[in-house]
Amino acid sequence: MSTMKVEILGSGCKKCQQLENNAREAVSHLGIDAEIVHISDQMEIVKRGVMSTPALAVNGKLVSRGQVISSEQIQQLIQQ
Amino acid sequence: MPDLFYPFDWLASQIVSRLFGISLDSHLGASLHFFLYDVPKVLTLLITISFIVGILQTFLQPERVRYWIGDKRSFIGNILAGMVGIVTPFCSCSAVPLFIGFLSAGVPLGVTFSYLISAPMVNEVAVVLLWGLFGLKVTLIYISFGVGLAIAAGYAIGLLKLEKWVEPFVWELQKGNQGQIPAENDLEMMKMTWKQRFLRGQYQVTEIFKSVWPYVVGGIAIGAIIHGYVPADLIMQWAGAGNPLAVPIAVILGVPLYANIAGVLPITEALVNKGMPLGTVLSFTMAVTALSFPEMVILRKVLRSQLLAIFIALVTIGIIAIGYLFNFLLA
Repeated sequence: MSTMKVEILGSGCKKCQQLENNAREAVSHLGIDAEIVHISDQMEIVKRGVMSTPALAVNGKLVSRGQVISSEQIQQLIQQ
Repeated sequence: MPDLFYPFDWLASQIVSRLFGISLDSHLGASLHFFLYDVPKVLTLLITISFIVGILQTFLQPERVRYWIGDKRSFIGNILAGMVGIVTPFCSCSAVPLFIGFLSAGVPLGVTFSYLISAPMVNEVAVVLLWGLFGLKVTLIYISFGVGLAIAAGYAIGLLKLEKWVEPFVWELQKGNQGQIPAENDLEMMKMTWKQRFLRGQYQVTEIFKSVWPYVVGGIAIGAIIHGYVPADLIMQWAGAGNPLAVPIAVILGVPLYANIAGVLPITEALVNKGMPLGTVLSFTMAVTALSFPEMVILRKVLRSQLLAIFIALVTIGIIAIGYLFNFLLA
């Protein structure tokens, strides 16, 4: 299986960091091999069509935005 | 109307007078009662309201909102934008993607501003604190004046045709993105089951509660000390109706305090009890939420300083006017 890519889109505010922490926790809990990237470039965020940060993308597909979701929810989204 | 919070009042009085045996009229008794009454009341409201708002917000993601108001004419659009701003989620760090997202979907500049003013100003934490500390009437007045200001300031920016002061790359991006941004499947993605919405509400409660409760408790503790010990004429002298500069000073003090509104409003409650006019408090609250310094810095990326200055000036004048108007009406 190729490495999974989990991206956090957000300017780096408190909420975005919280989402990143939750994502890291989810990945380590699942014990999977995943690359976690925090995208803080505003232009890149806009190009993805995201208007409310923090957002989360798995393998390039947006799965959540505008909210900090819990590690459990992220685990579910990753497994889908 | 029966007082919803009577049980909290009763319990606090019982604890102070019966359990501790302290007179409610003494300095210490008054302070203790203030603290024991306000903390559970505000925290209860915070939990209830952030749960309801958390659920409401799952219906009003900004991505959806821009489609609703995208094709509305100016003014109608301003009104709608101001109203939906009440319940949509907003974090000042998403101001830039939101701003660009709205403009690229064809939302007029002035309408975008109405939303940018209303969304942060009428947020659930501010509403809860105003309701818990100053009552429902004050809260409704705050919401309607806040939305009114968002509509008026946004409409003015629309009339002034200030598009030239938006950084050019925003318009470039808009051209490049036309037809690309909508992405129907994105809206599909946002469909949620009721169970998900409830979970969202629940999560919202824990997040807000965790980040806000220390400020609430700390603020109420300071407020309690002021309530019990600081003489009223001192407050009257500083911030009373006799000081014509109290409103602008409150606005200037409010701008850098964005994150701490939960700690600062309980202090103002005690100040109001001592004679500080309510309009001054409303102005202050609006300044804290609508004119946060970090948001201005973030917006500078997409707005030329001229437009940013006009935006700040319009909102500041509006807030000060609301404060004076209020103090005048209630005097």
